[in-house]
Amino acid sequence: MNRRDFLKNSITVIAGLSVPLAALELINPRKLLADKVEGSKIRWAVLVDTQACAGCGFCVKACKTESEIPYEANITRTWVERYVITRQGRTYVDSPKGGRDGFTSDRIDLGGEGFQNIEPNDIEKAFFVPKLCNHCESPACAQVCPVGATYQTGDGVVLVDRKRCIGCGYCIMACPYGVRSFHPVHKTAEKCTLCYHRITKGMKTACVDACPFGARRIGNLRNPDDPVTKTIMSGRVGILKEQYGTKPQVYYLALSREVK
Amino acid sequence: MVHGEIWTVKDLFVYPNEYIYWTIQIVMYPFMTGLVAGAFVLSSLYHVFGIKQLKDIARFSLVFSFALLPVAMIPLQLHLQHPERGIQVMLTPHFTSAIAAFGIAFSTYGMIVASELWFVYRRHFVETALALKVKRNKSLPERGQYFLFSVLTLGAWDISTHALEKDEKAVKILATAGIPVACLLHGYAGFIFGSVKANALWTTPLMPFIFICSAVVSGIALCVLFYIVAMETRKIVIAWKRKNDTSLPSPEEIRTVEMHEVTMTAKYLIVALLAALGLELLDLLFRDYAKFHSWEIVRSLIYGQDFVNIFVIQYGLGNLVPLALLLLPRLSVKRAVVATLLVLVGVFMMRWNLVIGGQAFSASFAGYMHYDLPLIPHDIETFKEGLLGALLVGVLPFIFFWGLNKILPVFKREDSVENMSN
Repeated sequence: MNRRDFLKNSITVIAGLSVPLAALELINPRKLLADKVEGSKIRWAVLVDTQACAGCGFCVKACKTESEIPYEANITRTWVERYVITRQGRTYVDSPKGGRDGFTSDRIDLGGEGFQNIEPNDIEKAFFVPKLCNHCESPACAQVCPVGATYQTGDGVVLVDRKRCIGCGYCIMACPYGVRSFHPVHKTAEKCTLCYHRITKGMKTACVDACPFGARRIGNLRNPDDPVTKTIMSGRVGILKEQYGTKPQVYYLALSREVK
Repeated sequence: MVHGEIWTVKDLFVYPNEYIYWTIQIVMYPFMTGLVAGAFVLSSLYHVFGIKQLKDIARFSLVFSFALLPVAMIPLQLHLQHPERGIQVMLTPHFTSAIAAFGIAFSTYGMIVASELWFVYRRHFVETALALKVKRNKSLPERGQYFLFSVLTLGAWDISTHALEKDEKAVKILATAGIPVACLLHGYAGFIFGSVKANALWTTPLMPFIFICSAVVSGIALCVLFYIVAMETRKIVIAWKRKNDTSLPSPEEIRTVEMHEVTMTAKYLIVALLAALGLELLDLLFRDYAKFHSWEIVRSLIYGQDFVNIFVIQYGLGNLVPLALLLLPRLSVKRAVVATLLVLVGVFMMRWNLVIGGQAFSASFAGYMHYDLPLIPHDIETFKEGLLGALLVGVLPFIFFWGLNKILPVFKREDSVENMSN
């Protein structure tokens, strides 16, 4: 083999090898998943760490202030639930005022049935679970809206057009998570917007910013390097009410089976 | 206060945003559409299947169905938070939603009933208009009447035997087409509920069929009841007027309740009632047997809180008692009145137990909600979604019927129309 042939063959081998190497680069599964889906380069998702939540209610307060829902109105875009499971296996759940003022009392609010005191020694486990709109991949609320006032943005956020909503309440009925209500002033369907006015400007949602424990995080599922996406993809996360087929996009770390 | 808070009482764990959002008006909506569809099916029995015994009641129920039609839409309008935008459902429908088809189902059905009525009453329009035309020195109301009836003829003045035969043929075609459309209109209302997967009590593919059967039940019952009441009232009114004017026919001469019509209709009522009851019990049996995730709370509701509403009032008083009353031999007018009244109560309770019962438990399956029906209104919301709003909706069809009866006389025989034209 002369020098000329050696160089020619070397180039061929290198070129030949680089093709499959490039292919390997191409089929990076996470990147593929991110690229496969058409349209937006962003798909918002929320990661909630139930073990980090201390039930302070700062997220609920921040949300109420940010979203201009009358502070005393008994609806809320986000809330925190308290779960207390006794040694006898009974589950108590409450969320007075959506947990807005924090869980400062030991007593469990049973609504019309009054309050329940539970002896600390009787408690097997207790924890808090923050809730918000799941911004589902297949939102039942958007499907059933008869005028298309509820819609899904390209980056996966489910929003309500207050100018179009007729106030029939069908979306409220269709949501399995109970995140929807009627706005007391606008009289239109009301829900979490994932602080769309903030996240589209590079900020985080009001609840995420307000959480002192980092229990709530927001991320972009189309960005494989996003730490939230990494946790969702590789960590052990749960979702709520999978059986309804809505494909919720709020992921929970350490989700307990008692969670409603 | 947020919408629904005033009439909702929460027990145990209910999500913070959950209230009874669909109230008595949404109970009235399927109840009224059911009556519309049922009344139409009853009238079609005569026109399509030629069941001659039902001639009187058929004409009556067709007009009544038309009077009920606008009222089927009013509850929906009343429950909207933005009623001024309600028309958008028809103008800019979002077709992934079951409700978006409302405009199509409703207007198709409305057009069919209106055209059928026109063919049934065309002869009357022409004869009345012609009678008024030849009359000299018409008073102002008579001139108005003449104009109205002339317009109603739509320019079709031919009432020869040949033309009237064609009318009858058209009526038959429209009545035949109307049956599936009436079933669609109401089965579709059932679909609106049955397709809500988030609601454990509503979600079942049987719902449209349950709705259709109960619609036929309620429609027939109301027509029989109102037919008897209207006939008896007429008799009393004429007897009272006769005291001053002896030229009026005596109570013996005027037409009264045709018992054979009531007996015949009762047979159809029994069949529809058994079908509705069968489907509902099948649904209950299936739920009890399959024991889905939601069954625990649904069971506690059906056999606990709502036991009286469901088993005593709906199934017992509303289904079994009237079934027995109608099945016993020698049906009398009084017994028919009691039975049909109870059937109507039963169907209303079925709607109530479905709509209110479906919201009586939280989506968390860990708490309950009670609906306190606002009796005395203190604002527009408690009026619309309270007892008075429901009563208003309940009374309106009778007012419409009274008005329609002036143009489309239900109680006159064909020959009396002929007498008038002579």
